[in-house]
Amino acid sequence: MADDIRALSAQLAQDPQSLVFLRLGEALRRKSQLDAALRVATIGLERHPHLADAHDLYARILTDKHDYERAFDEWDMAVRIAPNHTGALKGLAFLYFKVGDVAQAEAHLEAARKVEPDDPSIEQAFEMMRGGARPSAAAPPSPAPAAPATAPAAGGGALDQARVFAGLDGANEGLLLVDGAGRVLGGALRDGGGGDVTETVAAYLAGVSQEAARTAKLLGLGAWNGLSAEGQHGNVHLAQPTSDALLLVVRERGMPLGRLSILAQRATAMARRWLERET
Amino acid sequence: MNTALDLITRVRGVRGAMLVSAEDGLVVAEQLMEGIKGSAVAALAASLAGKLRRAMEAAGTGTSVFWHLQAEQGALLVVPGGGANADGGILVVAVAEPDVNIGLVRLELLRAAEAGV
Repeated sequence: MADDIRALSAQLAQDPQSLVFLRLGEALRRKSQLDAALRVATIGLERHPHLADAHDLYARILTDKHDYERAFDEWDMAVRIAPNHTGALKGLAFLYFKVGDVAQAEAHLEAARKVEPDDPSIEQAFEMMRGGARPSAAAPPSPAPAAPATAPAAGGGALDQARVFAGLDGANEGLLLVDGAGRVLGGALRDGGGGDVTETVAAYLAGVSQEAARTAKLLGLGAWNGLSAEGQHGNVHLAQPTSDALLLVVRERGMPLGRLSILAQRATAMARRWLERET
Repeated sequence: MNTALDLITRVRGVRGAMLVSAEDGLVVAEQLMEGIKGSAVAALAASLAGKLRRAMEAAGTGTSVFWHLQAEQGALLVVPGGGANADGGILVVAVAEPDVNIGLVRLELLRAAEAGV
């Protein structure tokens, strides 16, 4: 394997624009040289930003590094570029299965199977899921076998709450979806001491959406589309997935409001899809 | 007070600034462009600030030091001044165009709040 890596590195050095970085990155990943793999993948992505395979490779490395949120983004991007990219579809299935959203995991596996009906890893993954297997601990999805067969575990109780936000970092906590009356629809919140404050916070949020809408209207600002706040110990972002729902994202103070806003946008889109499915 | 509001409204894209009593939502001072209903905005901003403060405290993030409401055609930016976090004190409020430099307005609002407006 070391010889392979040397040979591939030499090829890449000779022709930096070639796609050999895909093989080199994967070889490094399989050798658990994740930082080196990440560098190779990053440089490859800079040169080939519209190559689905490059995003797929990057996502697999990120998953090995347990950076699931960014991995989700990369596989999502790969599927946008190439909707039939089975590696990315299996990767997304892995992440959905990881947070307990079996329906989404199956849907993505099904999409992969339509493209590659003879891929045995896909059927294997289906069997694992249907057998009720809990995902195992460490788990990079690799091109084969299909990802869910090796997906990591998540806490059973948190899964239902997390389903709305499957694939997002912090899906189990720090995200809360409530209706206009302050009833919890999904997500969960804990305070600094680990206490469950979901219901309390939800109750305080009752009516916030309407007041934000009235304030924006009164100022002639049109519809409101977000409320960001810096706290002494953490930052929050409020968004409105639908006219009847409010989403709260809470993160540590170190996360800048701009980044929080991006995270909230993703969570809002997921919440909107979930609400559409549920109603 | 007016000097503080001057500094805020000098930022390009700011349509007006207000000092609002956090407790009762009344306007303490204002420099607003024509057409903005200061008293109504003050009441709603104070109410929103109160709800947000309670939700944030319950969530463990502590009280808010700055928040802004983003809308299609602009933004409302608020810094709770001294004591505002206990349903008292003053809210320093700015109304801005959508392309305003939020960071710059935030700085001026914080300065005004620190100056003890």
